[in-house]
Amino acid sequence: MNGKTVEERSSVAAKPANISVKLENAGVSGPMLANETIKIEVRDLNLYYSDKQALHGVSMDVPEKKVTAFIGPSGCGKSTLLRCFNRMNDLVDSVRMDGSIRLSGQDIFESTVDVAELRRQVGMVFQKPNPFPKSVYENVAYGLRLQGIKKRHVLDERVEWALKSAAIWDEVKDRLDDNAMGLSGGQQQRLVIARAIAIKPEVLLLDEPASALDPISTLKIEELIYELKSDYTILIVTHNMQQAARVSDYTAFMYMGDLVEFDSTNRVFTNPKKKQTEDYITGRYG
Amino acid sequence: MSLTTNNQQSAFAHWWKSGNPMIWINAGAVSISLIMVFGLLGLIAARGGGHFWPKDVLSIEYKTIDGKLSTIVGELIDTDVISKLRYEESTGQTLPKELREVERWMIKVGNRDQNGADFKWVSKFEIQKLGKPSSVVAVERMEWGTLFGELKSISENGVDMASHTDLWSELHHRLDRTLELRDLIRQLEKSEIGRVNYVLEKLRLERRTLELDGTETAENLREIAAKERHQQEIYKVIQRKLEVLNQQIKRDKAKFEIINEGHSQIVELPFAVIVGAIKPNVMNAGEKLIQYFINLYHFFMDDPREANTEGGIFPAIFGTVMMVLLMTVLVTPFGVIAAVYLREYAKQGPVIRIIRIAVNNLAGVPSIVYGVFGLGFFVYFLGGNIDDLFFTAAKPAPTVGTPGIMWAALTLAIMTVPVVIVSTEEGLTRIPRSIREGSLALGATRFETLRNVILPMASPSIMTGVILAIARAAGEVAPLMLVGVVKLAPDLPIDANFPFVHLERKFMHLGFHIYDVGFQSPNVEVARPLVYATSFLLVLVIIFLNLAVILMRNKLRERYRSMEN
Repeated sequence: MNGKTVEERSSVAAKPANISVKLENAGVSGPMLANETIKIEVRDLNLYYSDKQALHGVSMDVPEKKVTAFIGPSGCGKSTLLRCFNRMNDLVDSVRMDGSIRLSGQDIFESTVDVAELRRQVGMVFQKPNPFPKSVYENVAYGLRLQGIKKRHVLDERVEWALKSAAIWDEVKDRLDDNAMGLSGGQQQRLVIARAIAIKPEVLLLDEPASALDPISTLKIEELIYELKSDYTILIVTHNMQQAARVSDYTAFMYMGDLVEFDSTNRVFTNPKKKQTEDYITGRYG
Repeated sequence: MSLTTNNQQSAFAHWWKSGNPMIWINAGAVSISLIMVFGLLGLIAARGGGHFWPKDVLSIEYKTIDGKLSTIVGELIDTDVISKLRYEESTGQTLPKELREVERWMIKVGNRDQNGADFKWVSKFEIQKLGKPSSVVAVERMEWGTLFGELKSISENGVDMASHTDLWSELHHRLDRTLELRDLIRQLEKSEIGRVNYVLEKLRLERRTLELDGTETAENLREIAAKERHQQEIYKVIQRKLEVLNQQIKRDKAKFEIINEGHSQIVELPFAVIVGAIKPNVMNAGEKLIQYFINLYHFFMDDPREANTEGGIFPAIFGTVMMVLLMTVLVTPFGVIAAVYLREYAKQGPVIRIIRIAVNNLAGVPSIVYGVFGLGFFVYFLGGNIDDLFFTAAKPAPTVGTPGIMWAALTLAIMTVPVVIVSTEEGLTRIPRSIREGSLALGATRFETLRNVILPMASPSIMTGVILAIARAAGEVAPLMLVGVVKLAPDLPIDANFPFVHLERKFMHLGFHIYDVGFQSPNVEVARPLVYATSFLLVLVIIFLNLAVILMRNKLRERYRSMEN
């Protein structure tokens, strides 16, 4: 571990030594998460693209059924970090990783882990809406069919439930058999969210879910995130600080592959501890 | 500053810069291509299609330069103009001074059995009298081409019919009966005797297998012999039926008066050899149109006759379509699987790059090379070994170790697989990464993603590959001559004998048929219109096959149009 990382880690981890013992394995987050159940624990996560290091010893705890936002300038590694949680980086040949991520106590990097099963528990929504060129219904049913659910009435129920949860049911209920590509961008994005929650994941990763959308659609997505957090642990990457401030309970600021500051959203935005964070939030760079 | 054109620039430079000339050049290139394509299609359609139109039969009285009077009867096929010099050189006669060139008429006089030739040239200046005798009958025969003549009498069992009856309708009446009988005979010969032969051959192989295995016992040999006797009985029954039918079909005969070398002559024609008879000179346009379609129908649906220069080309159409379909069925999965491996699973690196270059180069190998490969590898090596392993009973006669439609389809599949690989790979590359990730993020494995999302989305590109493969394969002749096409194969690869599909059989092909009729037939002049007609048909078949796949592709494109954005 290089010196810089140690220095950075001190901001989130090297809190006063009197951290309570019950948090011994969640100690990196300090007392701010004392009242939360920890869903995901990240420890000393390093990630390299070929020779370039993209994440420097990231350690953090993600609380359950809360919205955790990742902010930071472009290329700071927040999307890369997000894609670690469902091992999406496995698809890139040149990526190497060390460190650990535990989901509900289970190390997801272990060789015995079924990646497909992991991704069923950790759903993901991408920056650009990416519905399949199938009908609205089939898009939502896709993940269910993968799990071997074939009974029509079970599928019908779950599809309706997912579309309702994603607040798009009223708009598409009469055109379930139409091609999903015919929906507007905002509708597509909500459809993709419906598709993700249809398989009832525990964690939902949102990678700049509103960056390609107009303000009205963005608002709808944000309302949706607010609705969803009672059932899901949500991690959201966003460029938009107002959005992070609006939707999230906790905010992590990343810079150049380092986790600079991680605290409750309120504190990060009103009283950041790090100068870098303050500079970014006040718009001095980024 | 002025916004008008800079005067110092020449008008031409300005015009050039405007881009208009480029538009003209582009449009011109497109127009020329279109004109060439439609010109080509128009030419072969007109030349080929015209052949089936019932032409008037002319009676021409002419006087040669040395004063001989003569008459010929026939159809005007072609006219051309040659120079006086050439005429004099070829005929050795001196032309009158005022003639500078000679127009010649090519007349199809038919009656090849009497004349020895189907065609005769008459110079226009020699013609004295031109007539269209209404009584002339054009008779299409099983052999010796057309007969032009006048119907004189009809006889039954050698006894002339009373002459008060209307001969022409009597002819048709009896011709219908003859045609029915001929159908029955063909039915018996082809399917029933064919079936007996097929079963007998199977029994022979069964016995031979027993001998080779050393497991023959008196009992099973007796069994086979009994079955053979049974088939022989059936054969005898059919044979007796055939004898009766042949006797019946020989009943009627007709006498025609024909003109041969200027002299009239009576020819007796058994009804058994008549295919059809018309009186073209008294037919109106409507009747001719009907006759035209009847002729077309026979061309499409009949077997060839007289060394392929007469009759139809149905076996060739069937062979072409079946071979192409087989090839499609073989090449599509093969090409798609290879492309999926190259693009989705293989680690991209120098090895894959070399493989890809090799695949692209395979598309450029001359087709005859594939033919040689197919003959050497598929027919002799693969087929020969399969024969050694499974068809020992038939040895030394090869069963599958001989050219056949399966090997031809396989050879063409090898030839066209690069096209399918390349276009499938292109389709796979065009699928956005986000779609793959979307599927994987829902817990799909790579294989599930491939099957449920990627391959369906790549299907329009796969179809494009199939279209290109069909276009290339359907027109190919050279390799087929080595691996399965023959001049005449009356047994189609599909028939009523178990197992119904006989992929080891040789087949006919339109492309080879064109070559055969055009260059290998004994009577090139007669065959020429058929070359055009067959060419046109080949183009039609290819268009039809392509259209079918294109329609499928458009449907798929409609469904997956998302990938364009």
